[in-house]
Amino acid sequence: MTNQMLKSFASALVLGASVFATGALAKSDITIAMQLEPPHLDPTSAAAQAIDSVVYTNIFEGLTRFMGDGSVVPGLAESWEISEDGTVYTFKLRDGVTFHDGTVMDAEDVKFSLDRASADDSANAQKALFAGIESVEVVDPLTVKVTLSEPNGNFLFNMAWGDAVIVSPDSIENITTNPVGTGAFTFGNWVQGDSITLNQNPDYWGDQPALETATFKFISDPTAAFAAMMAEDIDVFDNFPAPENLPQFEADPRFQVLVGSTEGETILSTNNKKPPFDDIRVRQALAHAIDRQAIIDGAMFGYGTPIGTHFAPHNPAYVDLTRLSAHDPEKAAKLLADAGYEEGFETTLHLPPPSYARRGGEIIAAQLAEVGITAEIINVEWAQWLESVFKGKDYGLTIISHTEPMDIGIYARPDYYFQYDSLDAQTLMETLNATTDPEERKKLLGEMQRLIANDFVNGYLFQLPKLVIAKAGVQGLWKNAPTAAIDLTQISWSE
Amino acid sequence: MSRNLILGAALSSLVLLAALVSFVWTPYDYAALDIPNKLQPPNVRHWFGTDHFGRDMFSMIMVGARTSIAVALVAVGIGMALGVPLGLTAAARKGSWLDEVIMRGNDLVFAFPSLVIAILITAVFGAGAINAIIAIGIFNIPVFARITRGAALSLWEREFILAARVSGKGAARISAEHILPNVANLLIVQGTIQFSLGILAEAGLSYVGLGAQPPTPSWGRMLADAQTMVSFAPHLALIPGLAIIVTVLGLNLLGDGLRDWLDPRIRVARA
Repeated sequence: MTNQMLKSFASALVLGASVFATGALAKSDITIAMQLEPPHLDPTSAAAQAIDSVVYTNIFEGLTRFMGDGSVVPGLAESWEISEDGTVYTFKLRDGVTFHDGTVMDAEDVKFSLDRASADDSANAQKALFAGIESVEVVDPLTVKVTLSEPNGNFLFNMAWGDAVIVSPDSIENITTNPVGTGAFTFGNWVQGDSITLNQNPDYWGDQPALETATFKFISDPTAAFAAMMAEDIDVFDNFPAPENLPQFEADPRFQVLVGSTEGETILSTNNKKPPFDDIRVRQALAHAIDRQAIIDGAMFGYGTPIGTHFAPHNPAYVDLTRLSAHDPEKAAKLLADAGYEEGFETTLHLPPPSYARRGGEIIAAQLAEVGITAEIINVEWAQWLESVFKGKDYGLTIISHTEPMDIGIYARPDYYFQYDSLDAQTLMETLNATTDPEERKKLLGEMQRLIANDFVNGYLFQLPKLVIAKAGVQGLWKNAPTAAIDLTQISWSE
Repeated sequence: MSRNLILGAALSSLVLLAALVSFVWTPYDYAALDIPNKLQPPNVRHWFGTDHFGRDMFSMIMVGARTSIAVALVAVGIGMALGVPLGLTAAARKGSWLDEVIMRGNDLVFAFPSLVIAILITAVFGAGAINAIIAIGIFNIPVFARITRGAALSLWEREFILAARVSGKGAARISAEHILPNVANLLIVQGTIQFSLGILAEAGLSYVGLGAQPPTPSWGRMLADAQTMVSFAPHLALIPGLAIIVTVLGLNLLGDGLRDWLDPRIRVARA
C-alpha cells in the first residue's frame, strides 16, 4: 500500500518535472500576423507581396537569395562563374537538394523554372527580370549555363527575387494551392480567410531552423490587430497597420518594436497621359503643393523618410532630390496659372485600403485644395484598385507604395499604369541594364533618379517604414525589408 | 406638455441649431488641417479638442450634424412620400389584388435586415451620401405604408367616411381629404422615430466607410477614425459618440412626447 503510494508519488514528481522541463525549453512554434491574405501561393505568377511574405525562402528558394541586410548570397546555386564578357553565367547547384515531394532538384528544374518565367505566355509578374535570358542549358545535373543576350549587372540580384524561385515540373500544376519547393518549411494547411500553417522540412539540405511550425494569420483591421497583439494571441505582427499605437507597444515590456526600412516608395501616382497631367507644369504644381512632412506626421505618426524620387534612401546610389519639389503652394498656384488652370481643376484621387493611403489621401486632398485643385476622394478595395487603376488606368491620382526592390525600371515602361512615356528614360534604362561596372551603374542610377524627378512624373512622398511588433522573446526577425519576406529560417525564441 | 416633450424638443433643437449655424459660422474651417496641433484634448481654443489631423472637432461635429440631419431628413421624406400613398391605396382597396401586391412587397422589404441591404446598395452603386440616403429611404417606405394602412383601415369603417361616400366622393379624394388628416398625427410621431433611426443608420454606414465621403465630416466616420486612438485620445471617440446619443435620445423623447401630446384620448383624459 505504502509502496504503491510512494510509486505514484514518485511518478507524479517525474511527471511534474518533465512538464516543468518542457516549459523551460524554448518554444518551437510561432504565430505571425500580416495584413493581407495571399490570393494564392505561387510567387512566380502574381505580384501580390503577401505571397512572398509566406513562401519566400520558407517554401521556395532561388538560385540566389536576399539576406535581411539586402545582400545577395548563394541560394540553391552553391557558386557561379561569369564569362569575361559578362553574358554567360555558369551556376553550380548544391548537391542533395530535394523538393518536398521527394524528387531531386537538379539542373533540369532550373531550366524549367527559368524557361517558364521567360516564356511568351508566362504569367510572371516581373518578366523584365528574365528578359535578357537568351538560353538556359543543362550542362550536367548540377551545372546550368545561362546565356544572356547582353551583359546585365543585375542578373544575380534578379535571380534572388521571389518571382525567380526554382519550381518543379512535377508539382507545378497545383502550385497555387499546394506549393512544393525546396525550402526549410513545407506547406501544411490553409484555412481560407484565416491562416496558413507551415511545418519544418526534416529533409532540408541546409541547417535545420529552430521553429517546427509557423502559422500566418491575416488581420487587416487596425483595431483588431491592436487587440490581438495586446491579448498576446500573435507573436509577431509584420507591417503593423496602425503606427499611432507603436508608442504603447514600445512602453510595454512584453513587446519589442522594430522600425526598419522597406523598398516601398510611397508615391502620389499620376496618370501622365490623362489631361491635365500630361502637362509637366501641372505635375510640377502637384509636387510643390504637397507638404511631405505633414503627410508623414499626419498619416504615419512620424514614421517614414521623405523621398524626392523613386528610390530607397538607404541605397548607396540614392540621390536626395526632395528640395526639387519642396512645399511651395505659391509656386504651385503660379505654375497652374501658367498652364492655364488659374481656377484649378477637378480630378479623382483613388485610395486603396492601407492607412497610409486613406489617411495620406485626406491630407493630400486638403493640400491640393489650397492651390485650387479639387481632388474627389474615392476609396476602393484592393481588387477594385488593381482592376480599375492598375490595369484599367482609369484614374487621375492615386496613392500607393511600390514595395519591389530597385524598381526604377518601371519608368521605362510606357504601358505601366502611370503611363510615363519618355525616350530618355527608356534609353537610360537600357544603358543601365547593359552596364556591369558598379561605379558606372551608380552614376546611371543617379541620372535616372534626376530625370524622373525633373519630369515630376509622380508625387514622391516617403519611404514606407517596416513596422514590426513582436513579443520580447522573438529573435532573428528582419529589421529591414529588402524584399517582401518573413524569413522563418532565422527566427527563434530566446530561452 | 410633458417633461419628455420639452427635453426632447430641447435636445433636438440644439442639434438642429448646431447644424443650421454651421452653414454660416464654425469656430474653424472644418476641413483645415493643422497637423502640428493634432490630438489636442478639449481646451479653450478647441472646445472639443482636435482630431488626428489637427482639425477642430467642434466644427466637425457641427458640420457632421448637418450631414446626419440631411441624410435622415431626406430618407424619411422618401419613406413618407412613397409609403403614405401606398398605405392609403392599400387601405382604400382593402382585400383587392392591389392591396395584396403592396403589402406583400412591403413584407419583402421588411424581411431583409435593413443595414445589410443598405451596405449592399452602397457597395454596388458606390459609397456616398446620396446612395446612403436612397438606401435608408427605401427601408422607410414599408414602415410608413404599413402604419398608414393600419390606421386608415379603421377610419374607413367610421360614419363620416360613409357620409363622404354617400355624398359621391371617390376613394382617392376621401383618402386625401378625410383619411390623411386623421393619420397625420401618427405619421409625425413615427416620422420622428424614423428620423432618429435614420441618424443611426447614417452613422452606421459612415462607420463602415459607405456614408458621406471625406472630407465631408460625418459622426460615424469620426468614430471609425478614432478606433485605434481611443487609448490615448479618448475624446476622439467620446465626442461623436455623445453627439449621436444626444440626437437619438432627443428625437426619441420628442417622438414619445409628441405621441402623448397629440393622442386625442390622452388629451381628453388630461382635460
